[in-house]
Amino acid sequence: MFRFLSQLGVYFILLKKVFAKPEKASLYYKQTMREFVFLGLNSVGIIAIISFFMGAVITLQTAYNTENPIYPKYLIGLGCRDSIILEFSSTVASLILAGKVGSNIASEIGTMRVTEQIDALEIMGVNSASFLILPKLIATLIFNPILTLLSIVVGIWGGWVAGVLSGVVTSENFIYGIQYAFIPYYIVYSLIKMVVFAFIITSVSAFQGYYVDGGSLEVGRASTKAVVYSSVLILLFNVILTQLLLS
Amino acid sequence: MIRVRNLNKSFNGRPVLIDVSVTFEPGKTNLIIGRSGSGKTVLLKSIVGLHEADSGEVWFENTLFNNLDFNGRKEIQKQMGMLFQGSALFDSLTVEQNVGFPLDMFTDQSKEEKLERVNFCLRRVNILNSNKLFPSELSGGMKKRVAIARAIALNPKYLFCDEPNSGLDPLTAILIDELIRELTEEYSITTVVNTHDMNSVMEIGEKIVFIHEGNKCWEGNKEEVLRSDCATLNEFIFANSLAKQLRPKL
Repeated sequence: MFRFLSQLGVYFILLKKVFAKPEKASLYYKQTMREFVFLGLNSVGIIAIISFFMGAVITLQTAYNTENPIYPKYLIGLGCRDSIILEFSSTVASLILAGKVGSNIASEIGTMRVTEQIDALEIMGVNSASFLILPKLIATLIFNPILTLLSIVVGIWGGWVAGVLSGVVTSENFIYGIQYAFIPYYIVYSLIKMVVFAFIITSVSAFQGYYVDGGSLEVGRASTKAVVYSSVLILLFNVILTQLLLS
Repeated sequence: MIRVRNLNKSFNGRPVLIDVSVTFEPGKTNLIIGRSGSGKTVLLKSIVGLHEADSGEVWFENTLFNNLDFNGRKEIQKQMGMLFQGSALFDSLTVEQNVGFPLDMFTDQSKEEKLERVNFCLRRVNILNSNKLFPSELSGGMKKRVAIARAIALNPKYLFCDEPNSGLDPLTAILIDELIRELTEEYSITTVVNTHDMNSVMEIGEKIVFIHEGNKCWEGNKEEVLRSDCATLNEFIFANSLAKQLRPKL
């Protein structure tokens, strides 16, 4: 318990350093643009592929569970839409990003720590925490919600393709279903969740990497811890945010 | 001038530096020597602020460094250059960007002025036509030289080198030593070098401090180091068989 509280304290001290005034805005801007590419654009592919297939599977499973003629066929589209918007594109996509982006951040910063690159920044008088972590935070806080929107579009499209090609639902029924009783707030809810999850993934992973002590083995461990802790916190905050935003 | 007074540092209750007091003189190459694990690197990192000392004082000229806040330290650190054991070049930046990094961060020079300074520093350390290479494409000696170029980019008043010769062949090690000595004299820098390489001691050791198990055991210059009556120092200096054979002739 003492160790947990001590780590929590160190985490918040790190955040205070991260949000200190940047030394040179132009360098931070350049660094942020670089992170948009590494952490954001490079995740588009994996999010698109997984969203497409998850949308397809959700459609097929909804179809096989609503075979009773009492249920109208457009429910398949509705089920696909709501599952994708409410859970998949924010929570499941974040869990995937925790694996991809989180381990990337922890290992990059951890390697910089063990090879003394962070010490080199500190000795120059650079606030290394802010210089290394703030651009990553800005990039993921801005780009991850865009990934959510992309995931929603591709996921629903995947559902439509699977439904129509397999013949479990007609195109008209599916499209009617995704328009039926649509609540725009669900999108806002999903985006709010994604912003919180992006902050968790980036800050927790950066924290794990920043305080690595040792060599390559410890960098590997930090990377694993980053994914595990981020994932657990995402699941915990998913419950909290759902209660706060939807109740 | 750098003055260290009664510096103590421990890790998990284990003392690593015990009441170390030493003065590093300007325009000279000051060497900290000692066995692996004797506390040399901890002393160097405590001086530059990478480790917080448990007690004691570090003075840069008339400023008590370890009492300063982050912004106060930043002003002194801008006058420091440091060469790390593993070079610590930024992997994602090219040679040119690595050397230009301190200029980008702390000056308002134009792109052309920065490039001119970068090229000057690279020429000074004999790195030619390698501006666009990444650190992974450089040899160990080249990495050290690029790291020196980065360290001198802002015309530092103090230069710190942690094991500058580790992992280098003897000829390259001598080149690096000579470069450090030349830069120290040329720009009147206060240079502090951490080493256990006896060649460096004899090449560039204008002032030598011997650390043993966290204590300062001896200090002097390269002429005195071979005739010392400090037993632990002699054990260190004459450790290899060649030095043992030469000892009676000294």
